[in-house]
Amino acid sequence: MHRFANPARFLRIARAVQPWTAAATLIAFAFGLYYALVASPIDYLQRDTVRIMYVHVPAAWLALGAYATIAVASLVSIVWRHPLADVCARAAAPIGATFTAICLITGSFWGKPTWGTWWQWDARMTSVLVLLFVYLGYMALWSAFDDRQRAARAAAILALVGAINLPIIKFSVDWWNTLHQPASVFRSGGSTIHPAMLTPLLIMALAYLLFFVTTLLMRMRAELAAQRLEVAAERRALALEGAE
Amino acid sequence: MSEFFAMGGYAAFVWTAYAAAAIGLAGLGFASWRRMRALERKADSLRAERRAERGRA
Amino acid sequence: MSGGVFTLVRRELQLVWAERGGGAIALIFFVIVASLFPFAVGPEPQVLLRIASGIIWVSALLACLLSLERLFQPDAEDGTLEQLVVSGQSLEAVAIAKLIAHWLTTALPLVMLTPITAAMLGAPVDLWGALLLGLVLGTPALSAIGAVAAALTVGVRRGGVLISLLVLPLAVPTLIFGVGVADPLAGASALRWLAATTLLALAVSPFAAAAGLRAAME
Repeated sequence: MHRFANPARFLRIARAVQPWTAAATLIAFAFGLYYALVASPIDYLQRDTVRIMYVHVPAAWLALGAYATIAVASLVSIVWRHPLADVCARAAAPIGATFTAICLITGSFWGKPTWGTWWQWDARMTSVLVLLFVYLGYMALWSAFDDRQRAARAAAILALVGAINLPIIKFSVDWWNTLHQPASVFRSGGSTIHPAMLTPLLIMALAYLLFFVTTLLMRMRAELAAQRLEVAAERRALALEGAE
Repeated sequence: MSEFFAMGGYAAFVWTAYAAAAIGLAGLGFASWRRMRALERKADSLRAERRAERGRA
Repeated sequence: MSGGVFTLVRRELQLVWAERGGGAIALIFFVIVASLFPFAVGPEPQVLLRIASGIIWVSALLACLLSLERLFQPDAEDGTLEQLVVSGQSLEAVAIAKLIAHWLTTALPLVMLTPITAAMLGAPVDLWGALLLGLVLGTPALSAIGAVAAALTVGVRRGGVLISLLVLPLAVPTLIFGVGVADPLAGASALRWLAATTLLALAVSPFAAAAGLRAAME
């Protein structure tokens, strides 16, 4: 555990690994887009619009995955006080929020030709909308404090409270949805996915995951550099005070 | 080929959705990369400065 | 420890009593927000009837948010929090006491005003019982979530807005189940889940809020 506690060591590893994950991301997207747009069948009912699923569903998966990352990092931060954990959590948040937004926007375009409206209050879209609000609140909390330590503590607590709450939110939204729209099942071509549709879905999911890792590394490096600058600025301010 | 772009008549929806995803990811990726470069450059140059100062002292 | 909580709650109630009009603002806000809806959606009884429980719940939720910013702030500012810790009170006890006090002074009066707003919105009398039950069971969860948000943001400028942003997504289950209690088909199920959500919120809140206060005092 403490082998990675040293930021310098993390930076060495991150700098070495990042070009590879970036390259892998591009390759995965190349394959994924080919399968999504060219080499996969259309849906019986939804025709070509089903192709939107390949950018929409992985976004939902990664939106949750990013939050899971934040939750685990927050737990590590609270229990072990590992300094990199806070850096990881803060770095992951904007990425998760972006995935959430992409999920909502692509979902809107997927739903319009099928349901006729730009927004559908089905269980998944509504849960993802609430998840977006949770992300925004989390990011706002980080920005609310000048003291980085305080911000990290508060954000970690909020992330864990949110993590406990998210399954409950999902459950309540599902409950609410069956109460008000008992007949609607928003799935593509039934409850099982055609195997030929699974390939592009999984490749795109992998591409999104690799993108998450690459961007997370970049944001963590930026965060650590910002911390170094803060420390240097403090040191300079103290030195000036001492000289007076 | 034009069949590909037409997406069975749903071109506006499919391509806009893909464009939204692409802009979102590319935008975030690029912004994150730029921020990383800017901050790391500043931090590295600051460290070089301090080393130079200590060397002189 | 329960003796400690009791004294703390009594102290909170005395403070609110001394404040005179302070607690009434939430009540006035509740009634005003509820009465905005007829202006917004039109006064037809059938429309209002359909959404009455929802209006009351949303108005109650927003009104409960109002007093949260001042939940821990005064005691943190004037050093009372530190004194309480030094004198042996656990921060969890402080959080529980503040939670109970918030519910007694903000949520409970709201709930008692509900028949008036329900009548204004034309909700049938046989709905009132379910509505009241839902509010009584659900508002403690709102106080609990609010206490956590307030503890995390002690000392933040414009903390009230941030508190609202943090509380509202987390309050969605309580809102859904609370309104659902009045549903003819799913009412019993909603009641069970509402109680479960509130119990979980009450169980987690003191520890999360105490951790937040600890971070603020470091």
